[in-house]
Amino acid sequence: MTEKLDNLETAAHPENLRRVAIEPVSRVEGHGKVTLLLDENDHVRQVRLHIVEFRGFEKFIQGRPYWEAPVMVQRLCGICPVSHHIAASKAMDMIVGATLTPTAEKVRRLMHYGQILQSHALHFFHLCSPDLLFGFDSDVAKRNIVGVVAAYPEIAKQGVLLRKYGQEVIRVTAGKRVHGTGSIPGGVNKNVSAEERDYLLKDIGQVVEWSRAAVGIARQLFEQNLDLYNNFGTFKTHTLNLVRADGALDLYHGGLRARDMDGNTLFDHYDYRHYWDVIFEDVKPWSYMKFPFLRSLGPETGWYRVGPLSRVTQCDFIPTPLAEEQRKAFVAFNGGSATGATLGFHWARMIEMLHAAELIQQLLHDPDLQGNDLVNIGKRQARGVGVIEAPRGTLIHHYKVDDNDQIVRCNLIVSTTHNNQAMNEAIRQVARQYIDGRKLTEGLLNHIEVAIRAFDPCLSCATHALGKMPLEVELLDVSGGRVDTLQRSSDGAFCSPD
Amino acid sequence: MNKKLRIATTSLAGCFGCHMSFLDIDERLLALLDLVEFDRSPITDIKHCGPCDIGIIEGGICNVENVHVLHEFRKNCKILIAIGSCAITGGLPAQRNHLDLGSCLTEVYLTEPGLAHGHIPNDPELPLPLDKVHPLHEVVKIDYFIPGCPPSGDAIWKFLTDLIAGKTPELGHGLINYD
Repeated sequence: MTEKLDNLETAAHPENLRRVAIEPVSRVEGHGKVTLLLDENDHVRQVRLHIVEFRGFEKFIQGRPYWEAPVMVQRLCGICPVSHHIAASKAMDMIVGATLTPTAEKVRRLMHYGQILQSHALHFFHLCSPDLLFGFDSDVAKRNIVGVVAAYPEIAKQGVLLRKYGQEVIRVTAGKRVHGTGSIPGGVNKNVSAEERDYLLKDIGQVVEWSRAAVGIARQLFEQNLDLYNNFGTFKTHTLNLVRADGALDLYHGGLRARDMDGNTLFDHYDYRHYWDVIFEDVKPWSYMKFPFLRSLGPETGWYRVGPLSRVTQCDFIPTPLAEEQRKAFVAFNGGSATGATLGFHWARMIEMLHAAELIQQLLHDPDLQGNDLVNIGKRQARGVGVIEAPRGTLIHHYKVDDNDQIVRCNLIVSTTHNNQAMNEAIRQVARQYIDGRKLTEGLLNHIEVAIRAFDPCLSCATHALGKMPLEVELLDVSGGRVDTLQRSSDGAFCSPD
Repeated sequence: MNKKLRIATTSLAGCFGCHMSFLDIDERLLALLDLVEFDRSPITDIKHCGPCDIGIIEGGICNVENVHVLHEFRKNCKILIAIGSCAITGGLPAQRNHLDLGSCLTEVYLTEPGLAHGHIPNDPELPLPLDKVHPLHEVVKIDYFIPGCPPSGDAIWKFLTDLIAGKTPELGHGLINYD
């Protein structure tokens, strides 16, 4: 019985099984579906989360001038466009040889933490709170934000206004709430004026308070349903995230930290400009989304989890006082049970939202925001890698630009793709726990979606792939100078790059 | 009280940015809920569109499934609105239209280095991609177009409140943008 449930990825004899599809997966961003295959006794034999759309960003960006990347590539995703806007800008900072001015870096950080705030608020209040407040198998007609507005008007209003505030921070720094233009190669194209600062300062105290209350809601839900929240779709996994040089949580910049499922460090403060030495990708025939893994562990066991749960549990501390207090409480809670729980994601996400609110408050008091030194350009380079912690996890942008300023190569590994295998594991675990051997109902099937939603997947982001990063080997001499370079082209032949 | 208007929304080959702009009406969302109710939408768990007054679609058509969903909306919605650049022109995803899809798939899933087991995803559960990305009006009749990438929350609010009030929607100065 348990034997046949061990691996639900591929059924031995799919032809004799009954297919049930959850299509589309709702209250998530993007396009995905889940299929279940069940035998005549309602035992689950196969569970898969499919990413069904195929787009073309990495390919069609080839040939475009490099300064277009930050505005083009953000159109991967309307929920976290700032993530792609900034990751592409960081890569282009390398291309133009820039060291950012304090004003540029702080305006970008403000933009990024505005986005963390709005995206986390959207996810918790607009998308997930119906499951958490009403129950996973509650009435489908009310299990949405409209139902929350009716039943918990004050919570719903705070959610709407928290998101609004984050969107306003983005508008001020990027020029527009969705798909702005504020970040450019080497810096930013505007500062934050004193009037804009005062406008944002007006409500930030309230936003910090509401964020604090939101952490309280997330914690309370966990406490009141301890067995459910500890065990629901929970599994052991490795983790990956950026940390600051001193080990602090930093969502804008840092080195890569990977730990195995027992907490042992696999690598730490790893220079992300060489990410391909530690991360590989696998392909499975049933999804357009790839399956990344840690190269040292291999595709079978090397998959990992990214995002708020990994960041909050793996950083050494959070550098703002209220969020740090909440992090300590989170890690200590019930012997640390929330730190490995799939539903612990929500609590960790709200701690990050509080951190974002605190940081915005700090930044708004920084006079560098009103500086006029916006762009700094240095020696032009051919290759740029930009990595940030997006709301959903580690986001990697990698470009190569030729002497005509045209992009010739682009590789993107987005947050949700890192979580591909982890999300599949979570829904298989839920299938074992709740679906196997039972008569299927709409409410039971929603349990599968609840597990997916915990990761806050951005399935639009995850469908960008189309294009390639050819293998390139650089031969360096002892002092680090380049002696020779070999590339593998799309037909597999090796050649020297032009 | 009058019967609430029923609205369905979906994102096809889009980025959900237009849906985010819809939510950018902020606290006016709470007022809107007195006037409308939601059918199929990314914010509800209704998986198929029933009879509706207004259908709002962002994103173009990039695969077979998009075509089915678009027909489902056209069949059920009295008024169908194409919102945003992708729905109206194909938008950024249509930048792939000058590329050969087969060779792109080969590059991404077969010959790219750093892949453990290269093969092109071909499971029957995956809808077949179309060779080109198309705007909505090439497939069904569209009643209204709201331009922008995305249109602002203010534009969406003005448009919907006009429509709900029974007026011809009109986007005045500052409410139409194309970026």
